[in-house]
Amino acid sequence: MATKKLTGSQAVLEACIAEGAETIFGYPGGAIMPIYDALYDYNDQLTHILVRHEQGGIHAGQGYARTSGKVGVVFATSGPGATNLVTGLADAMIDSTPLVCITGQVFAHLLGTDAFQETDIINITMPVTKWNYQVTDATEIPGILAKAFYLARSGRPGPVLIDITKNAQIQSFDYEGYTPCNHIRSYRPKPVIRKNFIDEAVELINNAQKPLVIFGQGVILGKAEKEFKKFIEKSGMPAAWTILGLSALPTDHPQNVGMLGMHGNYGPNVLTNECDVLIAVGMRFDDRVTGRLDKYAKQAKVIHLDIDPSEIDKNVKAHVGVWGDCKETLPLLTLGIQQKDRSEWLKVFADYTQKEYDQCIKEEIYPSTEEMTMGEVIRIVNETTKGNAVVVTDVGQHQMVACRYAKFNQTRSNVTSGGLGTMGFALPAAIGAKFGALDRTVIAVIGDGGIQMTIQELGTIMQTGVDVKIMILNNQFLGMVRQWQQLFNDKRYSFVDIQSPDYVMVAKAYGIEGSKVVHRKDLQTAIQTMLAHKGSYLLEVMVGKENNVFPMVPQGCSVSEIRLK
Amino acid sequence: METNTEKQEYTITVYTENQVGLLNRIAIIFSRRKINVESLNTSPSEIAGIHRFTIVVMESHDVVLKVVRQIEKQVEVLKAYFNTNDEIVWQELALYKVLSEEITEKVKVERLLREYGARAVAIRKDFIVFETTGHREETNKLMKALEPFGLVEFVRSARVAIIKESSGFHEKLKDFEKKQPSEEVIENEYLGKREAVFTM
Repeated sequence: MATKKLTGSQAVLEACIAEGAETIFGYPGGAIMPIYDALYDYNDQLTHILVRHEQGGIHAGQGYARTSGKVGVVFATSGPGATNLVTGLADAMIDSTPLVCITGQVFAHLLGTDAFQETDIINITMPVTKWNYQVTDATEIPGILAKAFYLARSGRPGPVLIDITKNAQIQSFDYEGYTPCNHIRSYRPKPVIRKNFIDEAVELINNAQKPLVIFGQGVILGKAEKEFKKFIEKSGMPAAWTILGLSALPTDHPQNVGMLGMHGNYGPNVLTNECDVLIAVGMRFDDRVTGRLDKYAKQAKVIHLDIDPSEIDKNVKAHVGVWGDCKETLPLLTLGIQQKDRSEWLKVFADYTQKEYDQCIKEEIYPSTEEMTMGEVIRIVNETTKGNAVVVTDVGQHQMVACRYAKFNQTRSNVTSGGLGTMGFALPAAIGAKFGALDRTVIAVIGDGGIQMTIQELGTIMQTGVDVKIMILNNQFLGMVRQWQQLFNDKRYSFVDIQSPDYVMVAKAYGIEGSKVVHRKDLQTAIQTMLAHKGSYLLEVMVGKENNVFPMVPQGCSVSEIRLK
Repeated sequence: METNTEKQEYTITVYTENQVGLLNRIAIIFSRRKINVESLNTSPSEIAGIHRFTIVVMESHDVVLKVVRQIEKQVEVLKAYFNTNDEIVWQELALYKVLSEEITEKVKVERLLREYGARAVAIRKDFIVFETTGHREETNKLMKALEPFGLVEFVRSARVAIIKESSGFHEKLKDFEKKQPSEEVIENEYLGKREAVFTM
């Protein structure tokens, strides 16, 4: 192939095109100006979304990656531009979200001189990236970007940061075309599947009387939703999800027994400590899922399927660790396991569900109080969308309520900050989620705390005209912390009383339609209006100030000590 | 399943690409967990472009297992093992600088050299530098012996270690050189022998 002269900046953009990363979220600045100058000529092939803050840019990239299944691409400049990415990188790292972040850097000859807007972003981001690299010479760019995209999406996905000095962006070099990367000698994206472990797992499952499947985002990241469904259906096993596994299995699937963990459902938590075989698929036994570890599923044989060998035995010892990509391991298990009727075991879950409904859920979604509850808002959203929308949540009480009650028919519909718990995530992530799934309705459910952390991204919505439905559930408190202060700190409400601006007016200032609901009688119409509206819409719902999220596994307690009130 | 929570010395051996910043990537795996690194050696291995780290920590089996898996997870790490002291042969090197007049007047140099297996690596009019290799206790002994005679400077290298049971990584490294597809990496054949040489 004939070579042509390209600048480093052009090579960066050629790589994005070659990798199918046609939507980029970013913010320009001094050290990344050459790339933005090149971008000026690539407008027909790349869509650049100008955000209002780099943190908004990276969360948007995360939302995009989560709904589209592709790698999110983020541009930022050096110094503060780069450090503003750190929260998003940490979030993407712990939630295994594939991202390639390109940051500008000062000229190579200025490195280490405390130059204007110089920061050592490679060392700052080392613990929160799957891989990072500093480019000082343009000839490295095609190869390094190919490596970056490959690392971001393969194996257990994660964020990659490439820091490019300004001289490398400007430098012209002989471009020999773009070759995607599919192998790095020191990197094994997935471990080899071992047949004896498959056999051992199959035997355990076949001999189990009360098996429980618990699944996480691994099923979604591995694009193994179908394989997972076949696996649980063949032997009739109940399946419970972690917050990031949500939507991998439709809500109304008869074997979907609900959510695990601190604010999860009653049955799956209690019965984790009664099952005889616990089959964990693509999940990492986070402390919010396990509660007290020394009292977690001690009676059960644990089978752990994970693509990342370092997850096996990390928190919970596995009797059988099935390493590998679950898209490949699940069919092997399905092949071996026997068809079984486990309706009696499923009935036990149903009884717990009924008990939870009577004591907890009913009052949350059909409240008898005058005050509105978050649960009833989500119920009405379900009734209106029929479970077809993408729901993006922030962090806190509304997140737990939305994840507990939102209904989903299809995968990649739940976007939330799970591991890191990043308040301020939802608004920018919803923008990205919409760009990643343009044909779907995207609803951002946000608390009155979280919205104020990244509210500037309303500007991004204004400028791009992206259609995002923003639903603020306002309880006039930092509700989750308040709930803990009530339950564990004798109601000493220390700095949780947060005031809000007039959100509808703020939205109007950005040219976004909006309304506020204070009385229940207006709620259903308001939600219908929001969803029927063409373009973005902000709906603020005033909910009960001191409502708590239940059930709850108090910190330091076993999952079987879950409280219904 | 072993649940060993007793702390002891472990030697971690890591083969890596030669890449700027990788030392830090490995170091933060320890510092994040507040694990003190007792000794750290990094040098080129027998294969060009591949470095070998030898890291000594005082930790429990469970912790070391997890740490080693995190190390091996790093993109540019080819392989990581961990071993107890009885599974390895190891040495440290120590240098001792003493004043010539002290040592020639008060101590019989030959006796010292013979008793501690030391070599004189530099003999000057004003000072002499001795060298010994051995385990920590052995190099310490000579340090103690020289202390009364005006030990001016002392320095000890990090530990370097060879794994007794391992058939060696040399052949595997050559395989890596041939850029074989990652699927064929060997780690799994050692899986049944968790307690032996390989970590996974």
